[in-house]
Amino acid sequence: MSPEVAAVLGRSQRETFGRTMSELADENPNVLVLDADLANSTKADIFAAAHPDRFLQMGIAEQNMVGVAAGLATQGFIPVVTTFACFAVYRALDQVRVLVAQPHLNVKVAGAYSGLLTGFTGKTHQAIDDLSVMRSMPGMVVIAPADEAETRAALRAAIEYEGPVYLRLTRDPGPLLFAGEETFEIGRARWLRHGADVTIFSTGQETTRVLDAAGILEGRGIRAAVVHVPTIKPLDAELIRRAARATRRIVSAEEHSVIGGLGAAVAEALGEAGGLPHLRLGIQDTWGESASNDDLLERHGLSVERLVESVEGFVDGSAAQANNRE
Amino acid sequence: MTGTDVVSAAHSEPDVAGLQGIARRVRRLVISSVAHAGAGHIGGPLSAADLLVALYFRVLNIRPDEPAWPGRDRFIMSKGHSAIGQYAAMALRGYFPVAELDTFDQLDSRLQGHPDMTLLPGIDMSTGSLGMGLSAGIGIALGARLRGTAEHTYVLLGDGECQEGQVWEAAFVAARYGLDNMTAIIDANELQQYGWAGAAIETRQPPWGPDALARQWNAFGWTVHEADGHDFVDIERALGDARCARGAPAVVIARTIKGKGVSFMEGRFDWHARIPTAPELAAALEELDVA
Ligand SMILES: Cc1ncc(C[n+]2csc(CCOP(=O)(O)OP(=O)(O)O)c2C)c(N)n1
Repeated sequence: MSPEVAAVLGRSQRETFGRTMSELADENPNVLVLDADLANSTKADIFAAAHPDRFLQMGIAEQNMVGVAAGLATQGFIPVVTTFACFAVYRALDQVRVLVAQPHLNVKVAGAYSGLLTGFTGKTHQAIDDLSVMRSMPGMVVIAPADEAETRAALRAAIEYEGPVYLRLTRDPGPLLFAGEETFEIGRARWLRHGADVTIFSTGQETTRVLDAAGILEGRGIRAAVVHVPTIKPLDAELIRRAARATRRIVSAEEHSVIGGLGAAVAEALGEAGGLPHLRLGIQDTWGESASNDDLLERHGLSVERLVESVEGFVDGSAAQANNRE
Repeated sequence: MTGTDVVSAAHSEPDVAGLQGIARRVRRLVISSVAHAGAGHIGGPLSAADLLVALYFRVLNIRPDEPAWPGRDRFIMSKGHSAIGQYAAMALRGYFPVAELDTFDQLDSRLQGHPDMTLLPGIDMSTGSLGMGLSAGIGIALGARLRGTAEHTYVLLGDGECQEGQVWEAAFVAARYGLDNMTAIIDANELQQYGWAGAAIETRQPPWGPDALARQWNAFGWTVHEADGHDFVDIERALGDARCARGAPAVVIARTIKGKGVSFMEGRFDWHARIPTAPELAAALEELDVA
C-alpha cells in the first residue's frame, strides 16, 4: 500500500515510449508514429528502427502533422504524434482542437519533455500549462504517468482506448515505483500512502519526489497521505474527495503551473463539496528558464527538500489556525 | 579573454584573414561553452558562425555599447537553438564580457538556451520555437516603414526551419507589402535534427530537394541571392545586393556545412546537439587553434 521510493532507477519515459510503441505496433498493425524532426530526442527513433514503414516523418511542421494524423485516424489507423509537449500543445493547438478533439478522432498526442525539466532549453520549451490547456477540451483524456512501468501501461491503455488522448511524458529517468505492473485504468487515482495529517495529491514524475518527501515528513512527525493522480481527465473526483475528507487539509504538487493543472482540478472537485485548506505547489504563475534539473526543482519548490519544508509549514500553520478557532 | 580582445567593425574591404580568425574564436567559444554547460547545440551554431561574424563585424549598423540605440539594424536569430553562436559573436563584438559565456544555460544567466530579449540587451526578438522569427521581422520592418526610419532588419533561418508553415505565411505577406528593408538569410547546411534517412546508414537526406528552396522563395515573390556561407567576400556581396534590392523582399541562401570547422563534426547530423567528451573537446579546439 505504501511503496517506499525505490532505489532502482527506471528507464526514462522517452525511452519507454520508443520501446513500448514498438511492442504495441508488433501487436496492432494500425499503430503509426508521426514525428516532427525530433525522433532522436523523443526516442521515437527506436520505433523508426523497429517499424520503418509505420514511422512517418512530417518534418519541422507540427500543425500539419496533427492534421495528417486526423486524416489517418479516419482511415482506421491509430496515429500517435510525437514532438516536444510545448510544440504539440501550443504550436498545434488549433489543429488539436478542431481536427482531433472536436471530431473526437482516435489520435494520441505524446508530448515529450513536458514540464520544467527539458534539458536546459528554457522557457520556450517548458510546457508548464499543457495539463491546463488539454484538460479544458471536451472529450480529451489527459494522462501524466510517474515512472517507466506506468508509462508503458498507460501507452497500452491509450492505444486500446478509442478517442483522443494526451500523454504528458518526461525526459529524464526517475525511480521505478510500479515495477511489474501491467495494467493502467484510465480515470483511476491511486492512494499510495496513508497518513492522518495531510493528503498530498500529485501527478507525473513529481509523485516520485512527493513520496520521498512523505517519508522524510514521517520522520518529523507529520503523517502525509499520498494520492497519485495519473489521469488528470477524467478526474477520479470520488477518490480525491474521500482522501481529502480523511485529513481535512490537502496539498497538491505538480511540475506544472498552479493555474489550471492538477491543483486546480482537485480544487474544483473539492470546491463543489465545500472546500478545504489547500496548499497548491507548482510553478507559481511565472515562466521557467534554462538551468539544471536540481536548480529548477529548487527554484520552483518542487525538490524533495522544498516539498518537505512547504508541507511542514502548511501543516503546522493550519493546525495552529484550527487550534485558534477552537 | 578580456575586454581588449573585442574587435571593432570595419567599413572598407573585408579583412578576410581577420574575419576568419574571429570566426575561429566564435567556433571555439561555441564548443567550449556547450561542453562547459553540458547542454546546447553545436552543428547549427558552427554552420552559422561565418554568417554571424559577417553580420556583427561588417554588415549590421549597431552600437554594442548602446544596444538599444533606436537607429540600429535589427537582427533576429529565428533558428534560436543556435543562440550560443550569436552570444559568442556578440561577446567578441563587445556586447558583454567573453567570460560571461561560462554562465550559458545556468540558473539566472542572461544567456539562455534560446535568445531572450527580456534578459540580454542586444537581442531584438525572443525565439526558440522554430518558424517564428520572420513574422516578427516583418513587424519590425513594417514599423520602420510606417515611422519612416532607415534601419534594416535581418532574420537568420535554418533550412529545416523552412518546413514550418508559418515561414511561408510570412513569406507571402512580406512580398505582398514589397518589404525591401528586410533580408532573410537561410543557413542552408542541408541537415536538420533527425529528418529522413539517407541511402547509407548514418546519413540523412537534405531538408529540401536540389534548388527547391531557391525556387520556392522565388515563387513567393522574393528576390533570391545565393552565397557561399563560409566565404566572407561572397557573404558580403550577397548581403549587399540583398540590401540594395528595391520593391521586393530579398533572401540570401547561404550554402553552409553543418558542424563547419571541426572535421569530425562536419556534415554529421548527430552533432546537432551532442555534448563533446573531453577528448572530443580537446581535438576540436586543436583543429580550431587560433595560432
Ligand atoms: C517549432 C519547433 N519544432 C521543433 C523544434 C526542435 N528543433 C530544434 S533545432 C531543430 C532542427 C532545426 O534544423 P535547421 O532549421 O535546419 O537548423 P540547423 O540545421 O541550422 O541547426 C528542431 C527540430 C523547435 N525548436 N521548434
